[in-house]
Amino acid sequence: MSAAASELGAYLALILVGFLPSEVWRWLGVVFARGLEEDSEIVMWVRAVATAILAGVIAKLTIFAPGVLATVPTPVRLAAVAIGFLAFMFIRRSVFVGVAAGELALVIGALVFGG
Amino acid sequence: MSGPAASSSTVHAFVAGFGATWTSVFSYVLFGTYIGIGALAHDFGFSVWWALLSTILVWAGPAQVILISALGAGGSLIEVAIAVGLSSVRLLPMVVSMLPLLKAPGTRAWHLLLPAHFTAVSMWVEALRLLPKQPRENRIAFCNGLGCGYGITASTATVTGFYLAAKLPPLMSAALLFLTPVAFLMSTLRNSRMLLDRLSLAFGLVLGPAFAWWGVGLDLMWSGIVGGTAAYLVHRFREALR
Repeated sequence: MSAAASELGAYLALILVGFLPSEVWRWLGVVFARGLEEDSEIVMWVRAVATAILAGVIAKLTIFAPGVLATVPTPVRLAAVAIGFLAFMFIRRSVFVGVAAGELALVIGALVFGG
Repeated sequence: MSGPAASSSTVHAFVAGFGATWTSVFSYVLFGTYIGIGALAHDFGFSVWWALLSTILVWAGPAQVILISALGAGGSLIEVAIAVGLSSVRLLPMVVSMLPLLKAPGTRAWHLLLPAHFTAVSMWVEALRLLPKQPRENRIAFCNGLGCGYGITASTATVTGFYLAAKLPPLMSAALLFLTPVAFLMSTLRNSRMLLDRLSLAFGLVLGPAFAWWGVGLDLMWSGIVGGTAAYLVHRFREALR
């Protein structure tokens, strides 16, 4: 395959297996949201489902870490999330403080306990 | 449509949404996350234009990480499509719960396509927090401003990360990948004012990894349906007791 053809193939793959499988959920969301009120029971339930899925993503990214993050020991990753959570709860419920504390704990933990 | 007054308030709402991204912690998180995604695309041999286009079109961090690493490793197209599709199931309930906030009487469905495309975790969390303070007729423009602001930040970071790739130390790359779960957790916590939100978060945190550990297929979808429904039932039960 020539360089130009494989480059074109990469863009086709981006549309077919990257863009469409993600975007189709957003289009379906537009269809399903028709006629729904924001404070209706069904929207409350759907928001609970979205929050639970997101929580699942958070936990899975921490426990089954992708790429080089997997080289940081699992107890260090879990402790870093816990430290970030405590910093968030006790220091003005600030997202910035929580993220900074969690990141700092991860880097220090990786340096001390091996990365 | 209704004269210069309406259109100038639309422009103001767009600018307000765009401006809100600068004070949002998500801009910094997105910047870090997309530095990591740009570097990943470089390491798997994609071009900088491809990486940029994937950020604009896919616009979902976890889906892009899967797309780049699976395609780059030579996975079959159908497998990659299924993995990307499963990781993006969460976009459906996010769009369904956000759009009712945007709609005003007479809103056309196609006006909602752009805000739906911009829907990702960052946008969803900030939209649920900021939209109720906006007049309803300005909310679509506000959302589009928010989405454009985040999109420009992430695009800049994708290109920056692509060219930084060779110079990033591994611990730095690990810290950038860690940004996504930590920031998702903190921002969801901040938005969790009701018992319903807190329970959904807690149940999902436990069920997601548990279902994955037990090898349940479509584990994220099930952790959402089971965890979200359980949280909703507890909420209804408490309301009924009042």
